[in-house]
Amino acid sequence: MVGIVGYGAHMPRHRIKVEEIAKVWGADAPSYKKGLMLREKSVPPPDMDTITLSVEAAKNALKRAGNIDPADIGAIYIGSESHPYAVKPSGTVVAEALGATPDIHCADYEFACKAGSEAMFVCLGLVKSGYIKYGLAIGGDTSQGAPSDALEYSAAAGAAAFIMGTDNLIAEIQETHSFMTDTPDFWRREHEFYPQHAGRFTGEPAYFRTTMGAADAILKKSGMKPRDFAYAVFHQPNGKFPMRVGKMLGFTKEQIEPGWLSPTLGNTYSGASPMGLTSTLDIAKPGDMILMVSYGSGAGSDAFIWKVTDRIDEVRDKAVRTRKLLDENLTYVDYGTYAKFRHKILKNE
Amino acid sequence: MRDVAVVGVGMTKFGEIWEKSFRDLYVEAALAAIDDAGVDRLDSMHIGCMTSGLFVGQEHVGSLMADYLGQKNLAASRVESACASGGLAFRQAFIEVASGMSDIVMAGGVEKMTDIGSDGATYALAAAADQEYEVFHGATFPGLYALMAVAHMEKYGTTREMLSAVSVKNHHNGAMNPFAQYPFEVTKEQVESSVMVASPLRILDCSPITDGGAAVILTTVDIAKKLGKPIIKVIGSGHATDMIALHSRDDITTIKATMVAAEQAFKMAGKTIKDIDFAEVHDCFTIAEIIVMESLGLYEPGKAGEAVLKGETGLEGSFPINTSGGLKSKGHPVGATGVAQMVEVVKQLRGEAENGRQLKNNPKTALTQNMGGSGGSTLVHILEVA
Repeated sequence: MVGIVGYGAHMPRHRIKVEEIAKVWGADAPSYKKGLMLREKSVPPPDMDTITLSVEAAKNALKRAGNIDPADIGAIYIGSESHPYAVKPSGTVVAEALGATPDIHCADYEFACKAGSEAMFVCLGLVKSGYIKYGLAIGGDTSQGAPSDALEYSAAAGAAAFIMGTDNLIAEIQETHSFMTDTPDFWRREHEFYPQHAGRFTGEPAYFRTTMGAADAILKKSGMKPRDFAYAVFHQPNGKFPMRVGKMLGFTKEQIEPGWLSPTLGNTYSGASPMGLTSTLDIAKPGDMILMVSYGSGAGSDAFIWKVTDRIDEVRDKAVRTRKLLDENLTYVDYGTYAKFRHKILKNE
Repeated sequence: MRDVAVVGVGMTKFGEIWEKSFRDLYVEAALAAIDDAGVDRLDSMHIGCMTSGLFVGQEHVGSLMADYLGQKNLAASRVESACASGGLAFRQAFIEVASGMSDIVMAGGVEKMTDIGSDGATYALAAAADQEYEVFHGATFPGLYALMAVAHMEKYGTTREMLSAVSVKNHHNGAMNPFAQYPFEVTKEQVESSVMVASPLRILDCSPITDGGAAVILTTVDIAKKLGKPIIKVIGSGHATDMIALHSRDDITTIKATMVAAEQAFKMAGKTIKDIDFAEVHDCFTIAEIIVMESLGLYEPGKAGEAVLKGETGLEGSFPINTSGGLKSKGHPVGATGVAQMVEVVKQLRGEAENGRQLKNNPKTALTQNMGGSGGSTLVHILEVA
């Protein structure tokens, strides 16, 4: 059997409220809060990027994996759309920091918000084939939203890491399915600071069609119904979409809520559904079935069905729980500080 | 002039129609109108389209649509008068058939507005205002109509509640229109708590950005009889312009172009507003419907808002307005709107309006009013069951 040996998440402690952003742009905060179901989002401070977030999340995953030797990690894949370098991998730095070099395969992935789940899928495949003993899959972002754009209210920072292996599993993979079409709903070209998006086109024909496509297919493949799952985790570009798609599929609010981080976290892009999975595992019981469906603009979804094992009870508190990171020890920043942190103030130098 | 009748109508579903292109939308509506009319040829075609160049980068619309409609070498043109382009296409077709120049003419309208983002669409629509004196200084259409609303409120005591009543009524009607973009009801409370766009206009006071096409076929009454279709005669047509910039007008609480076009249409028809049973009017914003009701002479200035509140313009009222849902609920693909109004009044006059919105008083005479920009142009038509 193949599955998750260790998992972990990390996010900044800084937050900015929707009202604070709306105030600067003369926008109507209540309508954003209601329309997007967002209250605040995480803000990465100047010393945090996708690499440092990945290192912290991976360290938490290693803690839960128990006594595995980082040198036994045969592959490291980081999915992000905010890799600090355009040329030079993020994975090399992270692998070095973890002590997983030099006998390791490394690649950075990019597929809008589903790059993290791609890393998970490939690691599962390599472990299953026997090419590697352990694979480290990370999804993380310090995502970009242009000043005053709707994305600015949601684009947030965070990462989740999963170590895939064959023994001492926390969750076994039961089924996977990937769904993809060429649907250009959101994009950023080389040398552009911020992504562009096509308004409501990012919803119906993009997020909803693709997420539903992957979810329907994996339910059919597995012969399972929404009621067979304890929990479901969906990509969460805002608070509204995952709840709506969950309801469309027949899941209840209670099944979705444990992994529904976006109302106070924002959209962590490649980290979004992987982080939702970490917070769901934090409270899951042995035997629970969990459906996870990512979504990446462009557009595609990776769906996974996980079965939680007995080992969850002994490892869940070996590292910090995701909700604790989300809810505790927060520092609220004003728009000026946020603009400085996010390099939105350009100096002529 | 020969007597002219509308013998075929067709339209696409209005909405954010992502899977259909500019040409697809037009051809779908045109084929539906041809099927409905049962004609086997067209002599010419006029297409209302406001700004396909800015929306989809396509000009030379007449040739494109004739080609994709399979009408090689057809005399086809695109006519433009901002949001009144569709109404103008109808008038051109009417004149052509009435004059004896052609026997069977299509008047169509189309706009594909969602291939660009909302900023791009706002810019494209603003091209209907005065670029140098209005747009350059930051004016947008919600802003211009908001100025008209404020002026109307100050002069006549028109209230927030009256504006809301227009939106509630039109959504109620549109909820019964299978072609509407937003076929659902809204409440007064929803209208009044919706996002502010340009005070006092909220989002539920504004017509949406829409993709869609509509087409009708005009011919002589003699040919119409041979086709065996119900004869809906075009008995009046009026067309007027006014100063394009709002600040150049003597009075921004009325729309002079509508008053003049209506006078022309009534004179041609030998009718007055009292002879009309119902109307489709250009409710691009809720305040527009109120002002247009007064400019048509249906109500004294300052009295229209109260009439909407009392339900006089509802489906069961004394003078139903926008039985289709209007631009507000049905949607507003700018070039298609004037033609889609014709589709609705023809359906009503034939007794074919869907889902319970058919008027029950057996209506005989209908009026359409379609305007461009903030009232810089207006087309008024009167149709009657022969």
